[in-house]
Amino acid sequence: MPNLRSRVSLVVAALALAGCGSEAPSGDGGNTGGAVTVFAAASLTESFTKLGSEFEAAKPGTKVTFNFAGSSALAQQIDQGAPADVFASAAPANMKQVSDAGGVSGDPVTFVRNRLEIAVPKGNPAGITGLVDFANAGRKIALCDEKVPCGAAAKKVFEAAGLTAAPDTLEQDVKAALTKVRLGEVDAALVYRTDVKAAGSDVDGIAFPEADKAVNDYPIATLAKAPNATTAGAFVQFVLSERGRAVLGEAGFDTP
Amino acid sequence: MTARRKARGRLPLILLIPALIGLAFLVVPLAGLIVRAPWSTLPSQLFSPEVGEALRLSLVCASLATVICLVLGVPLAWVLARGDLPGRGVLRALVTVPLVLPPVVGGVALLLVLGRRGPIGQYLDSWFGISLPFTTAGVVIAEAFVAMPFLVISVEGALRAADPRYEEAAATLGASRWLTFRRVTLPSIAPGIVAGTVLCWARALGEFGATITFAGNFPGETTTMPLAVYLALESDPDAAIVLSMVLLIVSVVVLASLRDRWIRGVS
Repeated sequence: MPNLRSRVSLVVAALALAGCGSEAPSGDGGNTGGAVTVFAAASLTESFTKLGSEFEAAKPGTKVTFNFAGSSALAQQIDQGAPADVFASAAPANMKQVSDAGGVSGDPVTFVRNRLEIAVPKGNPAGITGLVDFANAGRKIALCDEKVPCGAAAKKVFEAAGLTAAPDTLEQDVKAALTKVRLGEVDAALVYRTDVKAAGSDVDGIAFPEADKAVNDYPIATLAKAPNATTAGAFVQFVLSERGRAVLGEAGFDTP
Repeated sequence: MTARRKARGRLPLILLIPALIGLAFLVVPLAGLIVRAPWSTLPSQLFSPEVGEALRLSLVCASLATVICLVLGVPLAWVLARGDLPGRGVLRALVTVPLVLPPVVGGVALLLVLGRRGPIGQYLDSWFGISLPFTTAGVVIAEAFVAMPFLVISVEGALRAADPRYEEAAATLGASRWLTFRRVTLPSIAPGIVAGTVLCWARALGEFGATITFAGNFPGETTTMPLAVYLALESDPDAAIVLSMVLLIVSVVVLASLRDRWIRGVS
């Protein structure tokens, strides 16, 4: 085990050196350039892809590459030495896992918040009215498993509403739950507001008051072993900028 | 030169080295699972109700799926091996598609056809009130879909290898086709059927992609062991390792015992 670990860190160090080397000529006076690798939560796919191409256009010579996946999987990959520059997590717990391991440079910043919404198939064929329908065993309901963030948020919401949910399936991530709605296989699912927006015309969303009880914070940070720290910092600044907030707002995120 | 000459009588070194690397490649990850296992908390996690429930469901569903595969797959193999059909090659290719298809694609296909808006599923729903997604029956169907080609291929191979002259002899002695199939063909291909059944059951037991896509995930109803492993990995890697070990041990025990008793003894 220690052998393997040291070998992984060697590879990471080599990559870091390679990154520094290519960057060295431009100096450290805030000049940006080169490739930057962003590990981001799956729910950021649409908005970050857009921000990435805008960033590349605004700063010629940069190239943003994304790795979108579940936040816990990303955190594990970073802990195992994946050569990432920026981590944007859908949950503070996953960011904490990385920062506790010494993987973050500086303090993570909460850049957006996300809240749950009820997703129903187009036209709401089952006539879902609110959270109370989720306690009805006669309805076909999809929730996220409690082990993933959207499921943990759903649990909080039901506790706040004093309801016992009667789900038919506990999906492995929020997009899987949304897919069951898109295909019309379930009458309703609890997903993020941004997912309802991203699904476009396939899905209708129903907001509910208890969603305020389970607002999810998204932290972003540059990583301690970032191969291209300068450009990574610039990308984080771009996400936090006026333009970044606008794009994320359009996707349905709340700004903190 | 001398090494090569010496090895020629026994195992050629040039084969032995890649063979050993191959063996290590397959066995070392499994050994790693055992090394990393949280031995101190193992008993409490092993006998938790969730593990018991998922294991029971896995065993029941894999067995039911295997029964379905036997009832449908043996006749299908017979048709492929002995039937005089046009386009048999295409038929065989279609039957074996699930072998190479990513299971999650199989799950999507099942969901689109048998889901409550699918071309078959909507009638199951409106005529009989049957909805297969999110039910234990859905798990069995997903597992049977993925595992059946393993049985069909084994049995078809056995049928092709079997000598048809015994069947011809039975027919000339006045046995009907059905009697010949039951009393002559089936016994002669029994080892192939047993081998296919074991493979089919093991494949069904490990099924993940089609199950989670088509049948969803609900404890006690559709959460089989592979699904429990995947979800445990999100929050509790130690639990995932324990669950993986249980699945590994069950698979090894079944494969080892059946291999020794049946396959090696007969072939």
